[in-house]
Amino acid sequence: MLSRLVLRAAPAALRSLPPPLAVGVLHATRALHTTQQPLAPLPPLPEKGGEVRHGLIPEELFKFLYPKTGVTGPYMLGTGLVLYLLSKEIYVINHETVAAICILSVIIYGVKKYGAAVAAFADKLNEEKVAVALAVKNKAIQTLETAIEEEKKEQWRVEGRGYLFDAKRNNVAMLLESNYRERLLLVYNEVKKRLDYQVAMQLLRRQKEQEHMIQWVEKNVVQSITPQQQKESIAKCILDLKALSKSAQAAV
Amino acid sequence: GLLSKQHLMDVRLRELPAWLATCDFSPQGLLGGVQRAWISYYNKYINVKRGGPAGISMLLASYCLLSYGWNYQHIKGQRWRKYH
Repeated sequence: MLSRLVLRAAPAALRSLPPPLAVGVLHATRALHTTQQPLAPLPPLPEKGGEVRHGLIPEELFKFLYPKTGVTGPYMLGTGLVLYLLSKEIYVINHETVAAICILSVIIYGVKKYGAAVAAFADKLNEEKVAVALAVKNKAIQTLETAIEEEKKEQWRVEGRGYLFDAKRNNVAMLLESNYRERLLLVYNEVKKRLDYQVAMQLLRRQKEQEHMIQWVEKNVVQSITPQQQKESIAKCILDLKALSKSAQAAV
Repeated sequence: GLLSKQHLMDVRLRELPAWLATCDFSPQGLLGGVQRAWISYYNKYINVKRGGPAGISMLLASYCLLSYGWNYQHIKGQRWRKYH
């Protein structure tokens, strides 16, 4: 769990390393990736690290010694080594030993008590980072998918272009037709007006001629009636009237 | 050629001198060897999703041992007995 915190701080630590070492590490990483499989997608990190017993001794030692010495072999080896080092005073017990014992006990107590909590915290941080990256990726995928659908819709709309142009063509044809008919009506009206005028003129002329003729005839007739004829006509009228009255009396 | 491709753990004991002969002991070669060792250790114990105390504790323990070894001549003066 400490290694998880170290992993989070690894890039910063890499920067804080002396430049040759950091550059060397980076170069080694680059060489490894070019010789192995291609860069993306990267394989996921392994879940657990190599097995280590008591936090210090890799499991490979135990596996290596198991066929010859069984389960207790490595522990016997460890005990023998410790006794040898102490008896020959290759490891000297001095004040540093006491300090080491105190520090180690505190560290082990801290790790045993708070290890799980710190591990959970680091896991949560990692998960948040991964969730943010995943959210970005999902958002990008979604935007691309909506873009694809919009594009398909636009393609479907393009198919309706034919109908649009047909409708426009119909509109234009209708406009032309209506315009033509308006002008036709105009021509008709104008021609009718002119013809009506001619007809009205002829009628007027005939009417005037008739009136004039009648007046002239009347005038001439009246002029031709001399006073002699007037007396004769009046006497004739009186005779006629008398005859009529006689016949009327006879009838009664 | 074939011998140098193997890791140190896969080399048999009798092939060890031959394997050492194929090693590159120039400064770049040594540096490359150190880099490869560090990268393999890092990827095995530290660069994992759910690591434990093992990754750094082994580094600290090896540091303690190394510094004890470097200071042994000075610590020899604090021995309890002169003859063992």
